[in-house]
Amino acid sequence: MNTVNRAMAACLLAAGLLAAPAQAEPLKVGFVYVGPIGDHGWTYQHDQGRLAVEEAFGDQVETSYVENVPEGADADRVIAQLAETGHDLIFTTSFGYMNPTIRVAELYPDVRFEHATGYKQADNVATYSARFYEGRHVAGLLAGSVTESNVIGYIASFPIPEVVRGINATFLAARSVNPDVSFKIVWVSTWFDPGKEGDAAKALIDQGADVILQHTDSPAALQVAQDRGVWAVGQASNMTAFGSDAHLVSVVNNWAAYYLRRVQSALDGSWGTSDTWGGFGADMLVLSAYNEAIPADVVEMAEAARSAIAEGSLHPFTGPIHDQEGNLLVAVGEVADDGMLLGMSVYVEGIDATLPQ
Amino acid sequence: MTIDFLVAALMTIITASTPLVFAAVGEIVAERSGVLNLGVEGMMIVGAIGAFATGIITGDPVLAVLAGAASGALMAFIFGCLTLWLLSNQVATGLALTIFGIGLSALLGHQFVGVTLAGLPRLDIPGITDLPFIGPLLFGHDALVYLSVVSVIAVAWFLRHTRAGLALRAVGENHDAAHSIGYPVILIRLLAVLFGGAMAGLGGACLSLAYTPLWIENMTAGRGWIALALVVFASWRPWRAFFGAYLFGGITIIQLHAQGLGVAIPSQILSMLPYIATIVVLVLISRDDVRMRFNAPACLGRSFHATG
Repeated sequence: MNTVNRAMAACLLAAGLLAAPAQAEPLKVGFVYVGPIGDHGWTYQHDQGRLAVEEAFGDQVETSYVENVPEGADADRVIAQLAETGHDLIFTTSFGYMNPTIRVAELYPDVRFEHATGYKQADNVATYSARFYEGRHVAGLLAGSVTESNVIGYIASFPIPEVVRGINATFLAARSVNPDVSFKIVWVSTWFDPGKEGDAAKALIDQGADVILQHTDSPAALQVAQDRGVWAVGQASNMTAFGSDAHLVSVVNNWAAYYLRRVQSALDGSWGTSDTWGGFGADMLVLSAYNEAIPADVVEMAEAARSAIAEGSLHPFTGPIHDQEGNLLVAVGEVADDGMLLGMSVYVEGIDATLPQ
Repeated sequence: MTIDFLVAALMTIITASTPLVFAAVGEIVAERSGVLNLGVEGMMIVGAIGAFATGIITGDPVLAVLAGAASGALMAFIFGCLTLWLLSNQVATGLALTIFGIGLSALLGHQFVGVTLAGLPRLDIPGITDLPFIGPLLFGHDALVYLSVVSVIAVAWFLRHTRAGLALRAVGENHDAAHSIGYPVILIRLLAVLFGGAMAGLGGACLSLAYTPLWIENMTAGRGWIALALVVFASWRPWRAFFGAYLFGGITIIQLHAQGLGVAIPSQILSMLPYIATIVVLVLISRDDVRMRFNAPACLGRSFHATG
């Protein structure tokens, strides 16, 4: 399927080129997506960002995207194809595009590239990601406050630092408001399988969890929570519609904020390479509306935490933090540095589970 | 471990297994007639969007289920025309059908992303569904669960005890012989393929109407391929496919529960369990070459062209 989509997209691109009117040259912005734009999750949110760019800049820009691009040699070809067809700014939106982006960028020094969630930069390659753990801190505060069984279920995908960091951030926040809270964590070994995510939610609820958190992409768990009358938190996109009673809040990836800034800088010539890791402060994470059934003081606390994080006066990983063996990770009064956050691969103290290796 | 907990786990297993039962039993009928249709995943996903879209537009669950079956059958019809009349290679055409189905469903489903649907209603007989243990287990499901069991019974009976079933098997075992005694080989195969498609479509409808009532691209997430494996696993017998589907669903759900209970087995191994179980059984049943050949329809995957 991927190859076919890619070929079709290439044809469309070519057709678009031929048909393009030869007047004032718009800035051509290309996007490379790892999934379908209809996933209502990761890729969907990137595409919302692309649409926001189109809307904000109108005739000044021309955007195109290629979806379902596998992370591998195909990515090189797709990115090169975009560069070859006159795109001035290309966003590659998955970790696995890191090396392809760098390789293609060397061949097209005049084209500007932006790679999401990676760590390799070049003169014409910038990187960007969002501090998702900030959103998880707020989710943890809410979960710890509303739980009555004191058991919180967490559907995890793969044991990589990004996911472990999310679990730790949520747990620390939940414990800070509710010392009796415990976590049950189920690894489903997939980012996306609605059926399996829903089943994991059912299993967690059957075992007493009354709040379901997830680090997977589909709204299936929220639907199950709605069905069973427990709470859940939406992930990546606004999932309110999938379970309005169960839905505490959604932590929404707002790539539009970043894309608008970067396209603007490309238009006015101020674009330069950079490494952006933005959260609430940069508007790269936003919250949906809170569920009206949440007690007002809880919403107030969550909102206060959100603005404190946005201002920089609160860091979700503030010491003292120990790992499960009791080793000190972050000293009293200190905050975790980005290097430690990016490499986080142990659970914090208090999580009663073994991290799969 | 309380009774409630056990019931809850079993209920989850049943809903997780039902889509597989539909798709596997449908494919058994197609394969018993000698047609290997690897497009189950594609037919399922098109069935899922067909059912979901109809459910949203009409608001009628019965129509939605029928539309799911019809969408799957329509996909199967394309496959049937290509392989039965135009004699295209079944393996390649089936794979293409899956690729086509995933793309087509994404196109059709574009405007349905993020839309929600009330799931299929569940049976609720006052006094009976509330019985402890067996109440919810036997009388607390949506209609598709019961339909899946009925379809297994019907297909098993059809294949074994009816004349038409015998004709279908004859076509699958030796299409030349069947042809020479006057059976319409192509027509029988087309009907079998259409049935297989309709069942795969029902499996898809299960996913988008009952299991997770929503539409997302690629939401079948490989279940069509598992159904195909189950057919071989079941050595082409409907009841074995039924139990195979429940075994697969059961292990999947139990491993999720085991993780929640903190069983100290690496989660990756637990995730692999259903697949390992399938492979082990496949190895066991295919160890005996003679029995394997005895089980598989002899003309499976071979195109038929009437000569004289």
